[in-house]
Amino acid sequence: MIRSGAIVQPTSPLGQEDKPKGLVARLRSGDQVARMIVLLAAGAIFLITAIIFSELVLESKLSRHQFGWRFLVTSTWDPVMGDFGALPFIYGTLVTSALALLMAVPLGVASAIFLSELAPRRLSDALTFLIELLAAVPSVLYGLLGIFVLVPFLQDHLVPPLQSLLGSLPIFSGAFYGVSYFSAGVVLSIMVVPFIVSVSREVLLAVPREQREASFALGASRWQTTRRVVWPNAARGIFGSVFLALARALGETMAVTMVIGNATRISTSILAPGYSIAAIIANEFTEATGDLYLSALIELGLVLFAVTFVVNGLARLLIVATIRRGHSAA
Amino acid sequence: MNFFELRKAAANATMIVVTGAAALLTVGVLLFILGYLVWHGAQSLTWSFFTQLPAPVGETGGGMANAIVGSGKVLIIATLVGLPIGFLGGVYLSEYASAGAGFALRYVTDLLNGVPSIVIGIVAYALVVKRMGHFSTIAGGVALGIMMIPIAVRSTEEYLHAVPQMLREGGLALGRPKWRVIATVVIPAALSGIISGVMLDLARVAGETAPLLFTALNNQYWSTGWSQPTATLPVMIFTYAISPYPDWHRQAWAAGFILLMVVLAVNLTARLIFARKRIATGG
Repeated sequence: MIRSGAIVQPTSPLGQEDKPKGLVARLRSGDQVARMIVLLAAGAIFLITAIIFSELVLESKLSRHQFGWRFLVTSTWDPVMGDFGALPFIYGTLVTSALALLMAVPLGVASAIFLSELAPRRLSDALTFLIELLAAVPSVLYGLLGIFVLVPFLQDHLVPPLQSLLGSLPIFSGAFYGVSYFSAGVVLSIMVVPFIVSVSREVLLAVPREQREASFALGASRWQTTRRVVWPNAARGIFGSVFLALARALGETMAVTMVIGNATRISTSILAPGYSIAAIIANEFTEATGDLYLSALIELGLVLFAVTFVVNGLARLLIVATIRRGHSAA
Repeated sequence: MNFFELRKAAANATMIVVTGAAALLTVGVLLFILGYLVWHGAQSLTWSFFTQLPAPVGETGGGMANAIVGSGKVLIIATLVGLPIGFLGGVYLSEYASAGAGFALRYVTDLLNGVPSIVIGIVAYALVVKRMGHFSTIAGGVALGIMMIPIAVRSTEEYLHAVPQMLREGGLALGRPKWRVIATVVIPAALSGIISGVMLDLARVAGETAPLLFTALNNQYWSTGWSQPTATLPVMIFTYAISPYPDWHRQAWAAGFILLMVVLAVNLTARLIFARKRIATGG
């Protein structure tokens, strides 16, 4: 067994500097200068990430002092009276992201399994290429399609039969205006599917081929191999891909802003209009009159940053752990 | 065939069909999206879209010439901000970093990549717009530049890392300093990959809207110089799409078509450049 770090972590390929050479000699050869330059760039990346956090904390001071932790659990949003609570937006962000994952995860993971384990290689390559290309479509275009194609479709064809069937349930009750938590969830699910597919497929492909071959040699079918050999190895990484998709859904702005309905209240029904953290920042930031108003919006940004930071951090750990395990077993 | 064999074959066939259907549905939805954007967008396109300024509210006609130029200018600033840091950071990761420092930088880069774009917008507002006192092309460029860094780092690192170790050893054996080996041997060997990575990076931020909303803002007229607010294609699409005017909706589709074509063309070109290089070197 090879030490896993040796493979996943590219160690300095040129090895250590020669010991005997003095600083002056290395300065003259330019090596020390080059090292300083790239170190500076690396340091800048740490610095930028730190600045993002500190700016959000500094600029939201007014609002944090005024409302304290109450900001997170109250639901008044009244710019005129200067009273701000984040709950409707936190709720909307969580509901739309949950809806998105509910639809996107089964579809995305099944597609990834098909592409990496069950499909013929050429078909798999072609479909993967298409899916990755479509991950490049800008989010504002998903919003455009959301407004002019999805919303009318939901209004005319999907929601009326759904309500006549399940309208008595609180989550499907009330009038449907087209823009809603549900519409935002559908658009988000379409946007994150390519992510889930391409990351999950990568994780599945990192499972060593020998393990599959051993399973085939024992007479297992492709599906049995997938379920009993590949899946247990890849499961953590696939959870990682789901977390990545979640982080993206939580922070997605344009597409959600265009179809969520911009209503600053909390509704049980997913067919009612709502709001999300990113959407209210996008809509009200330039119109924010007064320092407290702006500061409250920036505190919303801080909340969003903190949540996606944690979710992303978790996702990366899961994916790194899985891919590294796959490599070290090879 | 006994019962167990039969059940095994049936389960196998069922799962191939089920997961295959999922993959088809995914690709189908995405193809529909692409097709609809192209079909509807191309119909909405007119010549004046490229040559004229936006028409005043309520009038039909006009174009988005200023937004096309504005997007280009914002992307120039973004490249100037994001590319040097991202490229050099990638060189550090591949050629200089110890295992521990490399892991930390990679982790931070991934987290920076995951910061929601609207949050980057807020930070660019606080850092640039507040200091300058007004919205500007530069502020928009800084926001997009920060967004470019993570992908520039990771793609540069990936392609440098794929350069065979032998090339480095050969250069060092000739007595060259390490930095000259990197600059004259390693980087040129990985250049096509790095360029394709930068192109994909640019294509990604070209469609970003949220970070521009309160940095570059918007502008109904030409934006001269670099310190005025400017129109950009993504923000125009957003503004026009949520407006109540049918003619603005048509122009939003036209702008969406242009944006999509640019993004897809850059993506395809970047993938072709790298694919051809890979075939040429047989690696």
